[in-house]
Amino acid sequence: MKPKIILEGEQLEITITRLCHQLIEVHDDFKQSAIIGLQPRGVFLAKRIHQKLCSILKTKKINYGELDITFYRDDFRRKELIPNKTNIDFIIEDKNIILIDDVLFTGRTIRAGLDAMLAFGRPKDVELLVLIDRRFRRHLPIQAKYVGKTIDSIESQNVKVELKETEGKDRVTLLND
Amino acid sequence: MSSLSVNHLLGIKYINKTDIELILDTAKNFKEVINRPIKKVPSLRDITVANLFFENSTRTKLSFELAQKRLSADIINFAASSSSVKKGETLIDTVNNILAMKVDMVVMRHSSPGAAVFLSKRVNAKIINAGDGAHEHPTQALLDAFSIQENLGTLKGKKVVIVGDILHSRVALSNIFCLQKMGAEVMVCGPLTLIPKHIESLGVKVELDLKKALEWCDVANMLRIQLERQDIKFFPSLREYTMLYGLNMEMLDKLSKRILIMHPGPINRGIEITSEVADSEQSIILDQVENGVAVRMAVMFLLAGRTSN
Repeated sequence: MKPKIILEGEQLEITITRLCHQLIEVHDDFKQSAIIGLQPRGVFLAKRIHQKLCSILKTKKINYGELDITFYRDDFRRKELIPNKTNIDFIIEDKNIILIDDVLFTGRTIRAGLDAMLAFGRPKDVELLVLIDRRFRRHLPIQAKYVGKTIDSIESQNVKVELKETEGKDRVTLLND
Repeated sequence: MSSLSVNHLLGIKYINKTDIELILDTAKNFKEVINRPIKKVPSLRDITVANLFFENSTRTKLSFELAQKRLSADIINFAASSSSVKKGETLIDTVNNILAMKVDMVVMRHSSPGAAVFLSKRVNAKIINAGDGAHEHPTQALLDAFSIQENLGTLKGKKVVIVGDILHSRVALSNIFCLQKMGAEVMVCGPLTLIPKHIESLGVKVELDLKKALEWCDVANMLRIQLERQDIKFFPSLREYTMLYGLNMEMLDKLSKRILIMHPGPINRGIEITSEVADSEQSIILDQVENGVAVRMAVMFLLAGRTSN
């Protein structure tokens, strides 16, 4: 089977804009909220969403952080892991946290993300935003509140997310390996 | 690559530049972790580490222990002074008995050079050398390199002088290997009796005059005079040593540039370094201690994380 394009160019831009408006619906002016991108790939999406929110709300004061989950993973010693930077310069105690990742698959990354986040305090509540939700493939009882697009896929397939910031173009592809 | 080329950390001699860079990069991440409100991560929760200290140690042992706790490893501690070694048990028997309790990693300090290498060939656990006689002390060299890099941005092209008792120092040898692999220039300075013969063959400069050495360097690593290792007199008196090789503020002020002062500890205040220098803002001695925990976390994380065996 040929690789299948799931989202591309303007479509992806519209999806991200829609996600931003959904966030604003719930979080209003983001005074008590914060956005945290999961390293390595969730960070670029989180940055894009953060920028967009700032421009829609005409503010620069939306808390934004990056969280590395390497030390919290459950597949340590099953595969080789490279840690990334964690950068959270605000207090997450009692905040409404929006965790952002590109693809939701087994849910193990998010599980590790929840654990890693608790090292920075006790948030009031935590929501999950993903660009692509590979439904029916979950190993853990984890669901996203905001979803860019839900897709059906089989285990052996891969979802590749390319963003302007890193690859020079916006495109999500379903690969058959 | 994201993985070390070795299964054990026996000495800097046995690892390459990529390994050192990987350890220093990973240590940066751990330094951020140990400055968080909650300083513990669960990475090594299914790993048991034995700390075997056949020779006394305070800071290395504490630093390793803290690093292990921050990584959530289970720890057993062993000190030769209160063990069956006194009853005549051999090293291999002691270690095999401990390994029979299902230990994954061993951190060992021993007075015999090569003890760690010996062990790594005979037992099935990851070995970290925490000092073997006057041979190597790899984690100290790594944390020294980390501290220099943190303060000066890079090690490449930097000039480092190691001052004092080079002959009895495992810190010196590991530092020489590590700094050279990272592209720094190394000089040793001290009384001729405390400088090993043929050390020039390692590619280091030798200088007997401390003032000239200080003028040359960017970083001065002041070693402790190890009176406990000296079976004969290597210099006439401590007072004379201090006059010739002790670092004081006056000497630093005379220099045309600002140099970094390091010391692996424990300090003999007033002998190799005055209190004023040790507590000055040029001194990064306490940074070294903090970085020690981060570097040791990185080493254990990377060794434990190796998938192939």
